[in-house]
Amino acid sequence: MLNIKELLDTVKASPYREIVIHAPHTGVVEFAGLKKGERVHGRSGEYKEKPGTLLAHLTREKNRKPLHAPEKGEIEAVRDDLEGRFVEAGEPLVTIKHFLTRQEVIELVLQKALYLFRAPERAKYYFVPEVDQKLKVSGKRSVKVHEGMELMIVSRMKRETPLAYSGPGGIIYSVYFGRGDNVDEGEPLIGVCPEDQLTVIQDVVARIQSEWEEE
Amino acid sequence: MDTERRIQDIKDRLSYIRDIFGGKEGDHIRLLTAKLGEVLGREAANPGSVQGEELSRLEDLFDFSERKLDTLLTPMDRVRIVRHPQRMCLKDILENVYDNYTEIGGRGEFNIDPSMLIARAYFARRVGERVINQMIMVIGQEKGHGEAFRNGGSVKPWGNAKALHYMKVAETENIPVHTFVFTPGAYPIEDWPGAAQQIARNLYEMAALKAPVISVFSEGGSGGAEAVGLADRRIMPSHGYYSVISPEGAAAIEGGLRGETRATPELIEKCARQLRITAQDNLRNGYVDRVLQEPPLGARSTHYEFFRELRRELIQATNEAVSEVKSMKLFRAMAVRASMADDAEAIFMRWTLSASALRRLVELRQRKYRAMSRHACLDGTGFFKRIATSARGAVWDAHSFLRYDLLGRQKKRLDSMFEELGAEAHLVRRKLLLPLKRAMDTILPVGNGEQQKKGDEVRDRLTRLSCPEDGACLVGSEWAWISPRSQEDRTMSCPNVRTHHCPDLWVPDLFGDFAGVCPSCGHHFPMEYQWYINNVFNFDPAREFNQRLESMNPLNYEQFDSKLDQAKEKTGLKSACITFETAINGVETVVAVFCAPFRGGSVGAAEGEKFIRAAERAARKRQPFIAYVHGTAGIRIQEGVNGVIQMPRCTIAVRRYIDAGGLYLVLYDTNSYAGPVASFLGCSPYQFAVQSANIGFAGPGVIAETTGMTVSPDYHSAYHALSRGHIHGIWDRREVKKNLHQSLLTMGGRNLYYR
Repeated sequence: MLNIKELLDTVKASPYREIVIHAPHTGVVEFAGLKKGERVHGRSGEYKEKPGTLLAHLTREKNRKPLHAPEKGEIEAVRDDLEGRFVEAGEPLVTIKHFLTRQEVIELVLQKALYLFRAPERAKYYFVPEVDQKLKVSGKRSVKVHEGMELMIVSRMKRETPLAYSGPGGIIYSVYFGRGDNVDEGEPLIGVCPEDQLTVIQDVVARIQSEWEEE
Repeated sequence: MDTERRIQDIKDRLSYIRDIFGGKEGDHIRLLTAKLGEVLGREAANPGSVQGEELSRLEDLFDFSERKLDTLLTPMDRVRIVRHPQRMCLKDILENVYDNYTEIGGRGEFNIDPSMLIARAYFARRVGERVINQMIMVIGQEKGHGEAFRNGGSVKPWGNAKALHYMKVAETENIPVHTFVFTPGAYPIEDWPGAAQQIARNLYEMAALKAPVISVFSEGGSGGAEAVGLADRRIMPSHGYYSVISPEGAAAIEGGLRGETRATPELIEKCARQLRITAQDNLRNGYVDRVLQEPPLGARSTHYEFFRELRRELIQATNEAVSEVKSMKLFRAMAVRASMADDAEAIFMRWTLSASALRRLVELRQRKYRAMSRHACLDGTGFFKRIATSARGAVWDAHSFLRYDLLGRQKKRLDSMFEELGAEAHLVRRKLLLPLKRAMDTILPVGNGEQQKKGDEVRDRLTRLSCPEDGACLVGSEWAWISPRSQEDRTMSCPNVRTHHCPDLWVPDLFGDFAGVCPSCGHHFPMEYQWYINNVFNFDPAREFNQRLESMNPLNYEQFDSKLDQAKEKTGLKSACITFETAINGVETVVAVFCAPFRGGSVGAAEGEKFIRAAERAARKRQPFIAYVHGTAGIRIQEGVNGVIQMPRCTIAVRRYIDAGGLYLVLYDTNSYAGPVASFLGCSPYQFAVQSANIGFAGPGVIAETTGMTVSPDYHSAYHALSRGHIHGIWDRREVKKNLHQSLLTMGGRNLYYR
């Protein structure tokens, strides 16, 4: 059984992820003059059209290409010794310490703790009437699912077919789609957790929500 | 009660003056404020103490000051006047100018586009004992005294579509159209029917609309104004403006500003002055027919005297337009000409026109626009050459008439008769001979081994995948012209590298054999226009014409002379448009190219004139007409209205050409925006784009500023334009020539004698 508390403790012990920026190809490196401890940001804008902070330039065959920070964080290390030198592909250049955000931590925990039942094709999904009724009356944590249980109706181009649940048995922890939404293939439909872990997960998520500081 | 109302009225007048002049003319404003404050103070201390006489004196003082201030107005003050919420709007005009009206298609904000107002109205005219109602279709932008949902008179594409619909209705009903232009510009969104494409459609239809059109320009902001502004008579109130771009927009371009930084008021003021946007400027240039004097500091809702004048002017203008083409007019035409100033109402003229009169009306309208803006470009062609050209034109006309109309038509008729006869004979022969042949075959079977062998050969040729025995296909470059950029020994990255993981490209390959196309994702790097004119249009043997038609600086815009000289020197061209006759795989065509390197491919008077002459030449010679847009940034703002008038002018030329039976094809490349797309390019029924081109009305910056929406970076991409229905196909650069030839063989026009 998964020990969620332990997982949370490990996350707390190192609440960040290290992102190492490698040279994508050979070339001469010119760093953008960032120092250890400086903040960088990732892509931004409504369409992610604005690139992140410039980290370095890599020049190969007179083609000077910029390297941008992929996510926000703090500069952990810059390989200043490589400034102006030719590097091979894959050479680590910059290390960024990316602090996990609240959402990322919750996702991490849920990913480990929940089983995600995914959409087999792009369609609209509905729960079968009995399940739907139960979900409405007593909330989503009240429905137990098991392998082979007829759980949903797949509606595509006005053609409806039943869909059986497959995966470990448990309780529906979260529902990821809305009524009448088109769900793409491979997107999660529901998250299922083992019955005995429900309270633990709820506790942990609530604690992360209230205590995690990194937005 | 009356005193209160009068005081309120004076207060409004003061706040209006403050709004118009801002920080300027402080002395006048201080004096007026002090006088009003004095009266207000007394009224507050002792209600009822202020007498009517005193108020009259104060009103007189305001009248005097307004007259005085009116003489000091700068162009930018006039812009502020037309934008002021107290400015008269279309609803006021409908109420006060016409005798009755019914609004069509909307009540307040419940309207497909509240900023475009349509109404059926009439003038009640007394003729002897009878009263006759003269019907009119009124179309115009409504600013609604600053109502938010009216969007400041900035019309969405579907609003312009509605306007077009009702122009067609007026055409069907044979009644005149009065259009009122109250717009700072069109709302720049690309959703169907598309800002640019709808304006183009409007212009195209108005170019030959069979109804008299009279337009009144109060606020004429570029493309939005043109959408309803192509008229037989254009009247302009004296405080209005008509411009290629808002002074703020011009200042932002002039100052090279982007994003959040705003132009300084001084720069905006300067641009407004230089753009020559006022009524008098436009009258002098010949872009409006008459200026209607407004009361001091502009007409507001309560200036009833002005509305009476406007009514008289509208009747006069409609009478003029109608009397020019009507067959039965006698003295009235003379009277109409004579009554410029006084009694237009006395002359009654039926405004319904016969079919032939409507044809004359359209012809006159088209000629009127053809004659405009000729002073705004330089024609360096020598005297003798001009005579030779016009003589040659006459010869072509005669030749086309003889060859295609007189003889060609008879020949076609004969040909089709022979074709029919031949087909009949073929059928009869087949019916008679086939049974005979079958019988012979059964009696004397022929060894068909040879036939079998031939069939095998054909199958082999069709199914063989490659020919390794021929060796690698190492032939020289297939391009007649290769970009000088291919001489550089370096690599380049494709902009799609993040999504498509394209490998770096070696520049000599990319700009040489690959013709600037990324072999991995198909991204088209911008190419020089020379690549197209040499590789697609065979420029070397082609005959260029009107080479000496030259762009100039008609408004004496500051520093523009030197910029123009730089452009001429850099590109070796005299304007952004190259026109020539060429053959594409044997099909003779006339081509107009808009080159991006010359001032961004912007269209001014010279470019417009060249384009029109090319269209006329194509019509004369009965050849297809191709517009290749290497890139255009829009109308050249430094030429002011001389530039923007090219929109209707060129669209009329296109309309005449298409109506005469021609095939007009447009091919977009790199970036094509604004005015030209919203007129003579966007009106083509066959528009194609080279892959990776961007097509649109306004750029992302302008969209963000005017609508508050940020658009995705690929908002204007050719694929989006295709899915929105603005263009009709996307071509690979390497296949442009093949596709052009195929289009010439498969697409429209009655004059396609080469097929």
